[in-house]
Amino acid sequence: METPLIEFQKVSKRFNNHVVLDQVDLTIYEGQVTTIIGKSGSGKSVLLKHIIGLLNPDEGTILFRGQPVQKMSKTQRDRTFSQISYMFQNNALFDSMTVFDNIALPLRQTTHLSPKAIEERVRARMAQMELTEVARNYPSELSGGMQKRVALSRALVTDPKVVLFDEPTTGQDIIRRNAILSMIAQYQRKLGFTAVLISHDVPDVFFISNRILALNDGKIIFQGTPGEFEEFENPLIDEFVQSLEDFQEHLTGIQSKRQFRVRNQVGLRKKRSQESYVMALFTLKDFDELCEYLGHTRGQEVLNAMGAYLNKHFGAVGGFSARQSKNQFSTFLPFSNLSEAERIVEKFALDLREEGLRTIQAEANISQDMCFPFAILAGLAESKAGSEGIDVVFKKAEANQKEIAKVYCDMRR
Amino acid sequence: MDKETFFESPVTSLGGMAIRWVNELGAMVVFLFRAFVMIFHPKQFPVIAHQVYFIGARSATIVMLVGLFTGMVLGLQLFHTLVKFGSAGVLGTAVALSLIRELGPVLTAIMITARAGSSMATEIGIQRISEQIDALDTMRIDPLRYLVSPRIAASIISFPLLTAFFDLIGILGGFITGVMMMGLNAGTYFYRVRTGVELEDITGGFVKALVFAIIVSIICCFQGYYTHMRRDSYGAKAVGLSTTSAVVLSCVLILVADYVVTSLLL
Repeated sequence: METPLIEFQKVSKRFNNHVVLDQVDLTIYEGQVTTIIGKSGSGKSVLLKHIIGLLNPDEGTILFRGQPVQKMSKTQRDRTFSQISYMFQNNALFDSMTVFDNIALPLRQTTHLSPKAIEERVRARMAQMELTEVARNYPSELSGGMQKRVALSRALVTDPKVVLFDEPTTGQDIIRRNAILSMIAQYQRKLGFTAVLISHDVPDVFFISNRILALNDGKIIFQGTPGEFEEFENPLIDEFVQSLEDFQEHLTGIQSKRQFRVRNQVGLRKKRSQESYVMALFTLKDFDELCEYLGHTRGQEVLNAMGAYLNKHFGAVGGFSARQSKNQFSTFLPFSNLSEAERIVEKFALDLREEGLRTIQAEANISQDMCFPFAILAGLAESKAGSEGIDVVFKKAEANQKEIAKVYCDMRR
Repeated sequence: MDKETFFESPVTSLGGMAIRWVNELGAMVVFLFRAFVMIFHPKQFPVIAHQVYFIGARSATIVMLVGLFTGMVLGLQLFHTLVKFGSAGVLGTAVALSLIRELGPVLTAIMITARAGSSMATEIGIQRISEQIDALDTMRIDPLRYLVSPRIAASIISFPLLTAFFDLIGILGGFITGVMMMGLNAGTYFYRVRTGVELEDITGGFVKALVFAIIVSIICCFQGYYTHMRRDSYGAKAVGLSTTSAVVLSCVLILVADYVVTSLLL
């Protein structure tokens, strides 16, 4: 069995008489994105501060690669913690330093790199994060989203093995929230670090997470995959579902995955057994490259516009859509068989090519100069009510996907 | 309140206060020791140079201005006093010794406390409450090394230098009032300065400056660094109170230390 990168064994922490962590057992695996969710004041930040050694447990053991941190020598501890970066909730940028100096600080103070090498590394990281133009600005002169990017650059500039994100999307609007999450996911894949996030952004955070830990009243009440979490029965989940209700209108104008499943089940219950329905799966191809080229914010705007367009089109024929993963949307067509659904999707593809792509581009504020070629794939799967699980139908639809529309850019400009 | 508690209460609170004081003093000594050791870390030079500029160079104008007027007032007051005894000729010695032994180190330290000490406490306090110090910890940068050591080193370098400036400008201030305004002979004034001042006076003044440098830097940094541990307030208010405590405590301890060092030197 794989040794966890970080493991908590019966960890407790009290402040005066207030128990913040109560016999917490958890595991975090290498190379994964693990998200810790929980209500405000449930001890999430305290938990994160134990991982990086800012706080020590009153009871219990914290293991790093199977080694108890408390029993490590100072050198070992320093070596262990030097592999971990922390991105603070409020960014904790040095307000009297420029953006460049903020990002360069850990390299200047903890490495023996030459000033030239440090400058090259910082400039490369700033270019990746689209911060080159604000290198000489102070943090207070930047927008909240940019400050987040500076904090993320600082956290990543030392090439850490583990990055802890304490509510990285707090105070951001919906587009930026998703842009930040998408950015974290992209860099996590690109650089291969282990990410531990605290986030309230359910369900968006599920699209980038491999594991979910739910903390309530100082105890871990759930740890598992996002899929398992959605099946998990607990009053805490209901609170999150409530938050999803508020969420759907903002995100892409369409329903959340969970709502989709609920509505889908209700829709199927109304149908007679063995009555057919069709599931359509739409994928925005090369989404990471699109984000890298246009920026994460604009990438989210494309996604947003696409969701709205799907909703408008399929809502008119009685279907309903949901965001299925980071760059996928599913549409349930309750009153269709495969041939009818193919005709509907063909009509949709035609509209998309003639008008929709231009609309999406315009709504995402993408000018012709900035144009980036991206494609939309669609796949259909027919099933019968009560015959198979929804995940099986999704897989079939995914297997049937083919390109239905593509943005072509005039590269001669 | 019962009788026993009524009588016990002041003793308990006095005892509690004494324990807190001893605790704080102990913490401050450990804080000083740890920060002092790290002055010699190889990466410190640029940060120390920056702090020398801030604590030393940028305080020079105000210190010299205060020095000038202190010297002028001394020249004026002492001239009128000495004239009564027919000893106006020793004005140079009186002004120089007053400045070099006492007023130079004390007033310089108080001026630096007001200008740079308050700023140290506030800056470190804000960095504490905005988690910037925690951020240093997470980056494996020792906050004591990065924030406190350079300030102590810069104070040790700047205080004696600024004291020397203060003394020199003060002696010139005495010259302006005693010689240029009151008509004392210029040669007599400088002759008395030269013959009246001995090396021990100058060394004593510098010893005081060094002691004050350590007191001011450690108190101001300590107050800022532990802003979050204050029991009486939180956040911005805590930073304000820490700054006030830093300045008041520094000024009081400068005067107390002045007496102690003077009695040891004499």
